[in-house]
Amino acid sequence: MINGLPRRFRVLMDKKTSVNQDSAQLDVASGPNGECMLVLSGRLDAYTVGPLWSHARDLLIRYSGQPVQVDLAAVAYCDGAGVALLLDLLRQPRDPAAPVALANVPPKVAQLLEPFDAQALAAPPPDRSPPGLRQRLGEGVHDLGRDLYNHVVFVGEATAALFHGLIHPSRVRWKDALRIAQEAGVNALPIVALIAFLMGVILAFQSAVAMKQFGAEIFVANLVALSLFRELGPLMTAILLAGRSASAFAAEIGTMKVNEELNALTTMGLDPVRFLVVTRVMAAVIVAPLLTIFADLVGLMGGALVMMTFDVPLVAFMNQVSQAVSPSDFLGGLFKAAVFGLVIAGVGCLRGLETRTGASAVGVSTTRAVVSAIILIVVLDGLFAVIFFHLGI
Amino acid sequence: MPSDPQSSPAIIQVRDLTLGFGGRPLLKDLCFDIAPGEIFVILGGSGCGKSTLLKHLIGLYEPMAGSVTIGGEVFTGTEGQARRDILRRFGVMYQMGALFGSMTLLDNVRLPLEEFTDLPDEAMDLVARLKLQLVGLAGFERHLPAEISGGMQKRTAIARAMALDPDILFLDEPSAGLDPITSAELDQLILRLSRILGITFVVVTHELPSIFTIADRVIMLDKETQGILAEGDPAQLRDHSEHPWVRRFFNREATEAS
Repeated sequence: MINGLPRRFRVLMDKKTSVNQDSAQLDVASGPNGECMLVLSGRLDAYTVGPLWSHARDLLIRYSGQPVQVDLAAVAYCDGAGVALLLDLLRQPRDPAAPVALANVPPKVAQLLEPFDAQALAAPPPDRSPPGLRQRLGEGVHDLGRDLYNHVVFVGEATAALFHGLIHPSRVRWKDALRIAQEAGVNALPIVALIAFLMGVILAFQSAVAMKQFGAEIFVANLVALSLFRELGPLMTAILLAGRSASAFAAEIGTMKVNEELNALTTMGLDPVRFLVVTRVMAAVIVAPLLTIFADLVGLMGGALVMMTFDVPLVAFMNQVSQAVSPSDFLGGLFKAAVFGLVIAGVGCLRGLETRTGASAVGVSTTRAVVSAIILIVVLDGLFAVIFFHLGI
Repeated sequence: MPSDPQSSPAIIQVRDLTLGFGGRPLLKDLCFDIAPGEIFVILGGSGCGKSTLLKHLIGLYEPMAGSVTIGGEVFTGTEGQARRDILRRFGVMYQMGALFGSMTLLDNVRLPLEEFTDLPDEAMDLVARLKLQLVGLAGFERHLPAEISGGMQKRTAIARAMALDPDILFLDEPSAGLDPITSAELDQLILRLSRILGITFVVVTHELPSIFTIADRVIMLDKETQGILAEGDPAQLRDHSEHPWVRRFFNREATEAS
């Protein structure tokens, strides 16, 4: 017993962490020459040494002025965590006149300790200092320039590949394009229908309540039809397409890049842009206007349903719609939808091709694809509003 | 400090194991034991179900029939805490390493320690450093998996599988895609870990040099009979097996047709 220290520190396994019912134990004793002896016994493994660890270190600090022996004669089992504990005790900075030494080391424990040098472990693992502000700034500018260059190259390659596909339609992989059109278009019908129907209902209801005060409920048909055909139909369809398909294109192409499938295409002499981008762009350009027509019609149905509750007959509603909407409104909306489709597919593919290595890179590409596509859609929609105004459409 | 491998009862017992997909058996009525400390290799032609068998042994798939017992506890069909206790008795190295790409090598190895032990933070760091040093990756603690080679990723995966000092390590194609030198180094690592830590290894591999270097015992699976074609010491099987296909496999001979 030394200076009133706890004589024994025993760790019993708790049920949460145990895979067996053994225990580890740390006793303090005096050696034959009066030196401090830490007597470890029992099972030293990852589940038992945790509570002993800080106590053993405290004892070393307390006896920093005298040699300490760690007696292992009674250790019944020791694995990597036990070895780590012993090495941690050996690596602690000490006065050369008061070293820590192991005593009665069982042969198996000696074998486990053999590959390691306690003094080498005293230093922390080499740290990788984060880059400084100048380096990060430089890298940021470099990345920006590279991205811009890649975008210009991509637009050029995709445009050339699209024209090549239009001039040589037999070279386009129509089977792939149809499969993608089915996934991006047909499978999107339920969600487009739901959103468009609710949009028609909400538009009609909100405006009808206000317009009823002036006896102008019939003009709700004009409002709903023009809003849907000119703006909301193409816009909401494009946003849904961006959420469903731009992300899917980016994830699919990104995963192909991570799996080196793009490298395989390139080394086979196949152009990834022609193989992957053209099919997706064509599918999206075809599908986006079709989905928009569908959204327009379903939205009108929603509006008509609400107006029937305001005692406006279906015939009167449809008659008002046909008077309010000109072919240019309808076709202008479809043209916008086609351009949105082109942008959504292009951005999705571009972000997919930009994917770096690792699973998280695919997630980053997917997020960037959706965000970029939605921003571009909104910006383009604003531009179309100005252009259509000046063209008198 | 494990006991003598050969004198102990089996650490893994497979009894009447039938496995397959969609109701169609791939392998039927497999029975074999693996002794503690043994390096046990599962062999067979492509598509015979080696990796599928491994996934059944580690409990990723439920078998159609039969059972797997690990350390005397029936693993098949066991749920809850009992299953988690058995899971902690083994580590797995997957074919592609399956390291977490967003974590450094040190954090990859630390993860099981953080989740399953109450070691102090500094102690977890030290244990993880020792594991990485043991597989020859000292100095790479702060690297990300994407920044190291495929061989180093596999070695890190072994270090992570060893984090809790399991009794058993399952290795799926540890040498696949590695150059001969790295492959030989990995073999030496397996032998060293087996000798020093007494870990039982269950290895799926095609690499003949590896098999002859590390294997205490092999089983060879057969696609045709959906069972075990041969079992024993690889050198014995190469020289004395009654099955021509087994001899051809070990001697790397093409089939007559080709």
